Amino acid sequence: MKIPSSILTLLVGIFITLASLWYGQNHGLLPVAASSEAELVDGLFNTMMTIGFGLFLLVEGALIYAAIAFRRKEGDMSDGEHLEGNIPLEIVWTAIPAVVVLGISIYSFDVYSRMGGLELMNHDMGAMKAPSVEVAYAPSYDADGNLISEAGLGIMPGMATEENPVLSIEVKGLQYAFIFNYPNGIVDGELHVPINEPVELNLNAQDVLHAFWLPEFRVKQDMIPGQETKLVINPILEGTYPVVCAELCGPYHGGMRTQLIVHSKEDYEAWVDSRVTAMNAGDTTIANLPKAPADRTEAEYLAPFVEPLQLAVAPDSLASLHEHSLHGHSTHLAQ
Amino acid sequence: MTAIAEPKTLSSETPLILGNERKWTDYFGFSTDHKVIGIQYLVTAFFFYLIGGSLATVMRTELATPAPDIVTPDVYNGLLTLHGTVMLFLWIVPAGAGLANYLIPLMIGARDMAFPRLNAIAFWLIPPSGLLLVSSFFFEPPQAGWTSYPPLSLTTGMLGEGIWIMSLLIGGTASILGGINFLVTILKMRVPSMSLTDMPLFCWAMIATSLLILISTPVLAGALILLAFDLFAGTAFFNPTGGGNPVVYQHMFWFYSHPAVYIFVLPLFGAISEVVSVHARKPIFGYRAIAYSSIVISFLGLIVWAHHMFTSGTPPWLRMFFMITTMVIAVPTGIKVFGWVATLWRGKIAYTSAMLFAMGFIALFLIGGISGVMLAAVPFDIHVHDTYFVVAHFHYVLFGASVFGVFMAVYHWFPKMTGRMMNETWGRIHFALTFAGMNLTFMPMHELGLMGMNRRIALYDPQFTDLNVLATIGSYLMAVSTIPFLINAIWSWRYGPKAPANPWRALTLEWQTLSPPAIENFEELPVLKTGPYDYGLGYIAEEDPEELYAHGTPIPAT
Amino acid sequence: MQTLDASFAPLRPLRNYTMQSSIDTTAEGTINIAQEGAASHHEEHPDHRLFGVLVFLCAESMLFMGLFIAYITFRLIATEWPPTGTPSLEILLPGINSLILISSSFVIHKADTAVKKNDVDGVRTWFSLTIGMGVVFLLGQLYEYSNLEFGLRDNLFASTFYVLTGFHGLHVLLGILMMFAVLWRARKPGHYSTENHFGIEAVELYWHFVDVIWIILFILLYLW
Repeated sequence: MKIPSSILTLLVGIFITLASLWYGQNHGLLPVAASSEAELVDGLFNTMMTIGFGLFLLVEGALIYAAIAFRRKEGDMSDGEHLEGNIPLEIVWTAIPAVVVLGISIYSFDVYSRMGGLELMNHDMGAMKAPSVEVAYAPSYDADGNLISEAGLGIMPGMATEENPVLSIEVKGLQYAFIFNYPNGIVDGELHVPINEPVELNLNAQDVLHAFWLPEFRVKQDMIPGQETKLVINPILEGTYPVVCAELCGPYHGGMRTQLIVHSKEDYEAWVDSRVTAMNAGDTTIANLPKAPADRTEAEYLAPFVEPLQLAVAPDSLASLHEHSLHGHSTHLAQ
Repeated sequence: MTAIAEPKTLSSETPLILGNERKWTDYFGFSTDHKVIGIQYLVTAFFFYLIGGSLATVMRTELATPAPDIVTPDVYNGLLTLHGTVMLFLWIVPAGAGLANYLIPLMIGARDMAFPRLNAIAFWLIPPSGLLLVSSFFFEPPQAGWTSYPPLSLTTGMLGEGIWIMSLLIGGTASILGGINFLVTILKMRVPSMSLTDMPLFCWAMIATSLLILISTPVLAGALILLAFDLFAGTAFFNPTGGGNPVVYQHMFWFYSHPAVYIFVLPLFGAISEVVSVHARKPIFGYRAIAYSSIVISFLGLIVWAHHMFTSGTPPWLRMFFMITTMVIAVPTGIKVFGWVATLWRGKIAYTSAMLFAMGFIALFLIGGISGVMLAAVPFDIHVHDTYFVVAHFHYVLFGASVFGVFMAVYHWFPKMTGRMMNETWGRIHFALTFAGMNLTFMPMHELGLMGMNRRIALYDPQFTDLNVLATIGSYLMAVSTIPFLINAIWSWRYGPKAPANPWRALTLEWQTLSPPAIENFEELPVLKTGPYDYGLGYIAEEDPEELYAHGTPIPAT
Repeated sequence: MQTLDASFAPLRPLRNYTMQSSIDTTAEGTINIAQEGAASHHEEHPDHRLFGVLVFLCAESMLFMGLFIAYITFRLIATEWPPTGTPSLEILLPGINSLILISSSFVIHKADTAVKKNDVDGVRTWFSLTIGMGVVFLLGQLYEYSNLEFGLRDNLFASTFYVLTGFHGLHVLLGILMMFAVLWRARKPGHYSTENHFGIEAVELYWHFVDVIWIILFILLYLW
């Protein structure tokens, strides 16, 4: 007995829907979500995977079915039916994708605003920080109330409170390293943060374009020479995570990376204390700074991927930067 | 004066001998015949495809291991810059121009393009542009990626970057001159009986492509001119140390380079509409929807560019605006894909090489389109921008649609262009190898990007090794897959079975004349009696042309 | 020997179109294989070259549009414009120069009117006058350049000023050269007439384009 095609279609539709719903939540394609931002982004991605997988099964399925079922029979030289179109069908397959992309747009807008993406349009965020390079323009604010706001991500709405001020860290990107300037004057080649506290990263590039990317946090922002950009992250999982430069910055772009270590609150305090103590004892080396690219061997390039960066003496040329970053820090403290 | 046969007046006793009108030397000279120019474009473009592919093979060999052990990182950056630039400006754009050149006059019943000499000039700008760019590999290749963002591109070497700029300015000029010709020819030189809605969809696609070329390419020229001033004259348009702004370059660059991707793919959207209809013996489903969607894509394509800059110096409101326009452009694109599948539905699908590549095109473009809509979502793009996820996306649309489309078009129109049939068995082998190789190479890249592998790096985190090895094996398969095509094309051109005028029994005008066409295309200009896709109405004889696959001269109708 | 007859039936009778010629170009029983572009197989068709020039000018205007938008962007995001220390531009001399260029558009139009009345002498007169005005414009620009206190590299305003006006000047020069070319061709009697004057119209269109670009440029650089 032949099953009616409408029943078959219904069954196929049910299968596609269930398979997509399952796969959208169980694809296993993303790394761990280590920040509040990551959780929001992953929700969006899972939804898009559900829709995408369903669309994939539907259209590829129709294509494969058509290729097999409607293959021209040997010796059949006649034409197919003269069907020029079907207006109701065409309206449906225009309207449904339009509704779907509209829905994804709204969802994306919501995720973006929850991540703090719209917070940068708020001009009350405080005084502008002087860029490290003298420029004729200030892309963030000016006396006339500029159109152009800062680029990046701001604080997630509702996160920062009076009692819980945001930890603010200056990040400098240069060929081929990241240098972090902490409050208290700590300078380090690695990023250390406490868990469950928003951290504001003020990004500056020294020479060419770089980018600051935390895959496990799902946040990225280009570092633009002459223009300070901003990222705010909310770590929710202790651990060590890669920090990757994500904008071609020269031959050793692949080696420009460091680590983010998320500590418990106590461990973070301990780390700060140890670094401040060392600083007061006269140790001015920038900890964890990678060697200049030309001096690194292949093994040294790959070592950071395998184990934490080793302490290295800062090359002479970077010593002056250390001075400069201290200067920048004092400007920052004055606010 | 061109080196062609002397004008002959034949008596009624002299046969019209096919294939003797042109000597092979015609194809190496300054010919104003659109058919010669079209073939010149296609062959030249394919030559650069092989170069771009070789560059990719070296890159993938390097990426089989995490360490930079085959080439040094600066050489690697040179490879990736040349790979991208060659593939886009010397392969895909000229290949599309070649198809357009060959087909447009034939499809609209004209004897040539509107401006034949301008046409030849446009082609002859391509070899110098290409040779200049490729030669840089022997002196100092450009190393800042095909996007060449300053300030980096101002520091990687004046010679290499200067060559890159010059090459693009010449190639861009060629593209603009071609666009003028396509637009004027289609709008003004159709036979009187062919209104716009009687045109083959390839012509609609070329109108859309030409509009994009004319509006956006000059803005790239502006960006390159300012970059050249920064590079050579010490100005600081894009250099912050002199008061300039690198992000302005990005806006100018992408204002062209986003429409550019539609320039890369629209001609093949047009071509596939022709192929699926003919090889499934069924009218294209939704002619007007597909025709108008090309124009809508063209228009929308001009207002989505900043989706390449979602992590750059772009304020939130700008990111949101471009997210919406980018999402919207999925709709007219989806209409096309559904239309092609609906054309196949209940058709009579012949598994010709052309049709296999067409179905592969649809399958792969769908995947690229889905990843594209994902990339339009700003929060997700922030995670995967500048990672292998983007590399996967654009190779699915560029290779899966554009390259598959060019192969599809060649299998379909080769009989018309050369008067010979290609070998179908080897065509199927070519398809199978290319389809498998392509997926093996680029599918793993989605995961690589999601997991944290960034782009344009010669050394990578060892945790990504396995997927990279898979991709490298796939790339070798892709390299091998080119061989059956090359041999098939060259051998068939010389020794393939002679093709009749209309081996696919199609209705569009290019098939209503000889294969290859006489120099002036048509004996007398045609008057239409049917639409271009009127299959199923009894217009076509229900049998293969007698001469199909037969050797010897065609039998005339009496 | 097999032949194909003059009504060119394709190799298999297809009924989807008919062949109709508007001009009887072939004698019975013969087939002409013509040289490319030769008239023997050539139906009359309208001259599309002016439309082509129009399309080209649309593309060319996008080149300037890109540069203008770059300038506008630089200006809008700057804290101070022109950057500190830039001497302000003189308006008088460039203003007079602009009036000369704008007037020359009216002058060149008179040449178009002339050729439509078959008055080639008139074309010569008006084109020569336009060339003169164009040369005066360019000399005025060079004079202004020599008197400016800032150089190409001094700051962003200076760079954009020189690049924009320089590119425009290049286009003016090209226009002048094309006018010379037209004057040269006009030496041949009958080359330009009421029916055939594409060259004159094309150059006129181009000259108007150059003029409009200057007006926008002047407003942006000098007046804004």
